[in-house]
Amino acid sequence: MKILKFMAGCVLAAGVAFTAIAAQAAEPIRIGEINSYSRLPAFLDPYKKGWQLALEEVNAAGGIKGRPLEFVDRDDAGKPGNAVTIAEEMVSKEKVTLLAGTFLSHIGLAVTDFAKQNKVFFLAAEPLADAIVWKSGNRYTFRLRPSTTMQAAMLAKEAAKTGAKKWATVAPNYAYGKEAVAAFKKELTKLVPDATFVEEQWPTVFKIDAGPVVRAVEAAKPDGIYNVTFGGDLAQFVREGNLRGTFENRTVVSLLSGEPEYLEPLKGEAPKGWIVTGYPQGAIETPEHKVFFDAYMKKWGEAPKLGSVVGYNVVASLATLLKKADAYDAESLVNAMKGLEVMSPSGKFTFRAQDHQATMGTWVGKTDVKDGAGVMVDWFYADGADYQPSDEDVKSMRPAE
Amino acid sequence: MSQSVLSVRNLSKSFGGLKAVSDVSFDLVKGELLAMIGPNGAGKTTCFNMLNGQLKADAGQVMLNGESILGFSPRKVWRKGVGRTFQITATYASMTVRENVQMALISHHRRTWDIWRPASGQHVEEAMDLLALVGMKEQAERAAAILAYGDLKRLELAIALAHAPELLLMDEPTAGMAPKERVRLMQLTADIVAERNISVLFTEHDMDVVFAHAHRIMVLNRGELIASGSVDEVRNDARVQEVYLGGGTLFEGQAHG
Amino acid sequence: MSFYFAQFLTGLSSASSLFLVACGLSLIFGVSRVVNFAHGSFYMLGAYVAYSLVQYVPGSILGFWGSVIAAALIVALVGVVVEILILKRIYNAPELYQLVATFGVVLVMQDAILLVFGGEDQFGPRAPGLDGVVRIFGEPIPEYDLLLIALGPIVLCGLWLLLNRTRWGVLVRAATLDREMVASLGVNQSWLFTTVFFLGSFLAGLGGALQVPRVSINLLMDLSIIAEAFVVVVIGGMGSIPGAFIAALLIGELNAFGVLVLPQATIVLAFVVMAVVLILRPYGLLGKPETLAHSAGQVELPIRPASTLAKSVAGLLLVGLVIMPFLAGEFAIVLATDVLIFALFAASLHFIMSNGGMVSFGHAAYFGLGAYGAAFVIKYAGGSMEIALLAAPLMAAAGALVFGWFCVRLSGVYMAMLTLAAAQIVWSTAFQWQDLTGGDDGLLGIWPSEWAKSKTAYYYLALVLCGGSILAMRRIIFSPFGYTLRGGRDNPNRTESIGINLRQHQWAGFVMAGMFAGIAGGVYVFSKGSIFPDEAAIPRSVDALVMVLLGGVQTLSGPVVGAGVFRLLEDEISRLDYWRAILGVIIISIVVIAPEGIAGFIRKIAMKAGFEHGEEASS
Repeated sequence: MKILKFMAGCVLAAGVAFTAIAAQAAEPIRIGEINSYSRLPAFLDPYKKGWQLALEEVNAAGGIKGRPLEFVDRDDAGKPGNAVTIAEEMVSKEKVTLLAGTFLSHIGLAVTDFAKQNKVFFLAAEPLADAIVWKSGNRYTFRLRPSTTMQAAMLAKEAAKTGAKKWATVAPNYAYGKEAVAAFKKELTKLVPDATFVEEQWPTVFKIDAGPVVRAVEAAKPDGIYNVTFGGDLAQFVREGNLRGTFENRTVVSLLSGEPEYLEPLKGEAPKGWIVTGYPQGAIETPEHKVFFDAYMKKWGEAPKLGSVVGYNVVASLATLLKKADAYDAESLVNAMKGLEVMSPSGKFTFRAQDHQATMGTWVGKTDVKDGAGVMVDWFYADGADYQPSDEDVKSMRPAE
Repeated sequence: MSQSVLSVRNLSKSFGGLKAVSDVSFDLVKGELLAMIGPNGAGKTTCFNMLNGQLKADAGQVMLNGESILGFSPRKVWRKGVGRTFQITATYASMTVRENVQMALISHHRRTWDIWRPASGQHVEEAMDLLALVGMKEQAERAAAILAYGDLKRLELAIALAHAPELLLMDEPTAGMAPKERVRLMQLTADIVAERNISVLFTEHDMDVVFAHAHRIMVLNRGELIASGSVDEVRNDARVQEVYLGGGTLFEGQAHG
Repeated sequence: MSFYFAQFLTGLSSASSLFLVACGLSLIFGVSRVVNFAHGSFYMLGAYVAYSLVQYVPGSILGFWGSVIAAALIVALVGVVVEILILKRIYNAPELYQLVATFGVVLVMQDAILLVFGGEDQFGPRAPGLDGVVRIFGEPIPEYDLLLIALGPIVLCGLWLLLNRTRWGVLVRAATLDREMVASLGVNQSWLFTTVFFLGSFLAGLGGALQVPRVSINLLMDLSIIAEAFVVVVIGGMGSIPGAFIAALLIGELNAFGVLVLPQATIVLAFVVMAVVLILRPYGLLGKPETLAHSAGQVELPIRPASTLAKSVAGLLLVGLVIMPFLAGEFAIVLATDVLIFALFAASLHFIMSNGGMVSFGHAAYFGLGAYGAAFVIKYAGGSMEIALLAAPLMAAAGALVFGWFCVRLSGVYMAMLTLAAAQIVWSTAFQWQDLTGGDDGLLGIWPSEWAKSKTAYYYLALVLCGGSILAMRRIIFSPFGYTLRGGRDNPNRTESIGINLRQHQWAGFVMAGMFAGIAGGVYVFSKGSIFPDEAAIPRSVDALVMVLLGGVQTLSGPVVGAGVFRLLEDEISRLDYWRAILGVIIISIVVIAPEGIAGFIRKIAMKAGFEHGEEASS
């Protein structure tokens, strides 16, 4: 009996081994995904859940041309030097087909430059810096999320309608904040030539001392306030401002503040009536979003955040790309990516051939508080395609290939 | 005195109104062993520190071979030919005995800025000669950190002799040593200074040592020089006896620091 | 006028918040001489615990204030556990060991808090009864701010009474002045340190808990508060609690009015003030010079030229490094290049720290300056990689020349803190001066010349530059100059009394170390293609300290071994979840269990086996 069992076991093992070999024949397509998971878990956890969901769906549907899609994801600990080393490893050791990911702008830029130098395809998922597709743009880098300037332009358009002329700005004191303020000023003065900027505050990022900042804004007595702070800085800014009535009878426009990542922690203290870019989650009724929302809820037991959409769209973009491309070398991928149309939970978008920016948009609306939680109301989907610079501008900003 | 090596005039120092040293004057001639004694707080250390440049004097004059050295930094005083040993030995624990002496020689030959040639190969013979002189040749390659205390004292003496000084300042040279060793170390010192014609100023608690080796003694009390002269003169000085009455053991030769 | 008065009050409330954190740090340092990096983690923990108690304890039995106190007590207990398990074992070790051990605690706490409380930002409720504003001269002032303004002086007075009116306080003050003396009085020092840690951690927890109604609680709170708390403690004078209060006022008001005048410069401002204070008053506003209590650390053995065995091992290693590219894959070459760079960086720190006795907590400044120096040549002068690699050590040496002049005037942990301040000035300048450095977005496109473009060619370039520099440093360590630095570390008195201008030599040594770190920075920037302010930030400095420690402080080959192990370890474990906690545990274990480091451990074994000649240090 024992011998029989043993032999049966052998046969079974051989069978398993054989199947494994057969599966190996359909070699997975490996994607190198680099992000600051340990540094910014609040933003990257939903992002990861987003791409995990999408990956599961793609593979359940048979993968790409019969090959499964596989993500090799690594944590860069928020250090750009690490990110570059990891990129090296992914390309030379892990043999990935392409690179994707990054959240922080400077890490996105470091990998952008790596992609150019090493001629590797890179899809920058989350970083907002304009430079990724413009000043430091290159043949091998594409970007998914709407850039700082695109989102600032969306807000400027709405801000212009309010009639506020005297503006104060509050932005974290680093590249992103400065870029966001410069873009808003430029776009707003295009629409409202007599707008003036009477006060600029530059708190240290993640270290705002909100009391003095709020008071300095107050002292300038502006009609409107443009805010770029986010995360913990935003929470403090809101609380100190609410206490002192700084936002009363003033127009406030605020970048990204409608994203659940930032709005949810504020709970009942979320500001009311701010014009923001963000993501009204459950309220979006388009069929493609509904499907995504339900699948996400089912898999993770929580509502998706904006990062989840971005993560999902990374996979959606790459799956579409890999299905379209004839060959998976960097040049073929780049050529296929130009003008690529992607269907996604946030609607259809295109990767622009001229500057490699996706036309994925975002939602613009007003904040409000319902049942003790911050929500977006009166929102609409701002299509990224409507907020792009002219082709001549792009040409002048982007280095020649 | 025309051949005095060290000539001190009216040296004074006070700390916040308290006179630590007041108006001290003395001379030291070539080859002389001069002991500076006095009860605790008499101003010996203050005096010493002014001579070697660690402390600024309020007033007075210190001449080394006719040149004023008052206010010089310890480094400069050393360069002028003054060597010193410390009450608590100051040596380099992480170097060998030989390297300790070599350091002093390297500094003497102004080679401390050399960043290329290995230090351990420099002035080896000179260093070994000095170690032989103090009887430490056999221990040359041992780490200073593991030396017995008496040997550390000898090592320090070798270091102090490295730049062929004219004057040695020795702060409590035998402190912390066993009585037998004290005598041996002081005898060694006396022999070397005699042979090399070096002058020595030293402070000391052990009167055996003082009376056995000092050519001349100065007694300080409350910052003032109260007596000075040969061993017998000082022994018989009434004021000195008065000062030391409390201790009482000055003349039995048993007092230990 | 009323506006400025209100701004003044706002500054006061910030100052109080800052003081609450800083006073515990200062207290702990004063008594135990531990520079406690984990103080920021205790602050963060206090905030998270208080938030959770307020939010989740059913029926709010504790209420807001009960939760705040309970949180502070819980943090105090955690502090005591850390003290007993880790710090108690290393009080006699040099400052470096303690700093690195507490940094290990920081790493563990980050992951522990992430695991327990989750990654999302938390926004606590306002304090009951203090959620409005009062009008003072018509200006709205938050009630909670007024409470904080009052709380600062209350805690100050409480501490003063505790320290001056109780037997415990007398002992603590005595220990602050002279540890040895207290020990010789027969006081149970171990118990005293534990209680001080309890109180210090309690204050950190309290500081964090009191921020719940003001700030959003997030996982970046620890490192952002600790840099500021250090500034306050150093300006006030390490160990002086009234000093910390004055310094907190200074920084709080500087911030409040700084944002009105120079809103862009607030990052640099605090560090500039710190540097100025230290130049004028090296021990801080109310600090006292360090009592020269020589810590009873292990006595170091004389250095000896490598034995035949060690030489053959080094020779084999070199041959291995030369033929490595023919055997290993491309990524191994990239990783090996990294190891070479960090080996040089660590060796340059080891050069001044171990051989020269000058502890630098901010060595990344010179790494960063070298990297930026090279990048500037490429970006602004259109120079080649070759010229840039020359500019790197020059720029770093220039920085070290300026900062070193101030730093060598201090010693021990005061010097270490000044080097930290210097590094923060470099970092914040790089961060702020966007036109020159690109700010946070850095400088891109700094790649090697054509001939060095392949990974293999660049590896050989790194091998020549880094390997050559390490050998040069080794040569210097054995030279009269190196011996002079070593002598200055062993016994500064003796050094001065054999006619050596120690400070000048130390200054030169500092500049050399900076220069070599600059070479490492230059090689680094071309291997990554870009440079960001991160390379001059505190974590990079800590990396270097950890590498030196890992390899062994007292071993010349230590930094090379340490860099290799650290870099490969980091690469390996960063694939795991909660890798920071793992790294933290490894760091703490090394400090506590094997303080001689890896190379030191190997040497010990070799000596025991009789391969290396050496005397056992008996004292």
